[in-house]
Amino acid sequence: MNFIERAERGDKRALGRLLSVLEDLSLETAWIVEYLASKSGRAHIIGITGIPGSGKSTLISRIIKALRGKGYSVAVVSIDPTSPYSSGSILGDRLRMQEHATDPGVFIRSVTTKGLFGGLSLAALAIIEAFDAMGYDKVIVETVGVGQGETDIMHVADTIVVITMPGAGDDIQALKAGVLEIGDIYVVNKSDKPEASKTYEYMLFVAEKGEVGRGGGWNPIVVKTSATLGLGIRELTEALDKHLSYLIESGEKEKRLVSRRAHMIKLIALKILLESLNSVVEIESSNIIEAVKSMKGFYEEALRIAMLSGKRISDLTSI
Amino acid sequence: MKNPPTTRKIKVLVAKIGLDGHDRGAKVIARALRDAGFEVVYTGLRQTVDQVVSAAIQEDVDIIGINQHEGSHIYVAKKLIERLREVGAEDIPVVMGGSIPILDIESLKSIGVKEVFLPGTPISEIIAKLKDLASMKVK
Repeated sequence: MNFIERAERGDKRALGRLLSVLEDLSLETAWIVEYLASKSGRAHIIGITGIPGSGKSTLISRIIKALRGKGYSVAVVSIDPTSPYSSGSILGDRLRMQEHATDPGVFIRSVTTKGLFGGLSLAALAIIEAFDAMGYDKVIVETVGVGQGETDIMHVADTIVVITMPGAGDDIQALKAGVLEIGDIYVVNKSDKPEASKTYEYMLFVAEKGEVGRGGGWNPIVVKTSATLGLGIRELTEALDKHLSYLIESGEKEKRLVSRRAHMIKLIALKILLESLNSVVEIESSNIIEAVKSMKGFYEEALRIAMLSGKRISDLTSI
Repeated sequence: MKNPPTTRKIKVLVAKIGLDGHDRGAKVIARALRDAGFEVVYTGLRQTVDQVVSAAIQEDVDIIGINQHEGSHIYVAKKLIERLREVGAEDIPVVMGGSIPILDIESLKSIGVKEVFLPGTPISEIIAKLKDLASMKVK
């Protein structure tokens, strides 16, 4: 009764279960990621990011269709936010991709952010590794509708597609640092709307001046699309192919794989540290409350916890 | 105090099957479940049975919640549970809600629907029953 073997043989139910194990990764299950990493490294990881409501999910549905037409198998990791109040969530991206639900060459999985910074969780990274190991040709990662600072996707994707839309700001917005400078491909979606050509020109200006993109020998491509009308999708998939060829020829593909795994190791380490720190804080919580009530010994208490957790951390490094 | 175990949230699929354009109820339930700390996968309107089953498997949900308003609930329930059996996913409990005549509850339960929520059921009762179902499901 081995999930991983069954998933490798193409059992979708087993793969679904395996992804749940990866979502709740612990020290006991970390070996699974290592095993998956020994099988992965071939997939083209496409990160899709952009502001909420820019049409990421609808566009992805179109991209899936185009990629399937070219004979690729496609997996999607779709990330939606967790409520800061109830820690519940509504995973609604799938709604726009449901036409592909029964296609045997497509697997879509929704993940929550679980309050992690940077927009990409360890769960999402482990799931990407699994899809890659299971032989999916294209793994599309849809981030939460990001703000300007959430650029975690950089460490993970081979190709980054940044989606913007008419009315999302002028050329100064486009010149700002952050998510708008990390794209390999820029998409002006909703280009059936007025003002789209203005936004397109802003993006073109910024891309041509070389102020965006991740450097190297690649000049970012700007594409106009309308996901609802299905316009510009062929141009977009051509840009994806072109970027992949560039990555392979320049040796960047391997570099990005290394960066992705390095990022995952960092997140696993962070998780171990945070968990050990949490357990110490829990143990000492009665003292913390006393310290807070009297407003005395605040600093001493913090220091004590830090030292205690320091001991725990050194214990952990010997594992 | 021990470190709280990192338990998975209860993951529920909320869907509507067939030609039924009324999804306000489904959205209200989806939001209420979110507020109760559930992870809700919402597939939206006009789904086929196969689409719902595929989504449930890919998302590895704990419960499937179907909302019907146009009278096809018995047909839909039969097809859905049949399909779940075919793909070896009959362990995922199915619950239904919507405009369902009280007289049909027994038939739905004999088909294999675990719970039926009629209009006016307090949200707190739905949440409690879903929590029970999820805890009974052996993983």
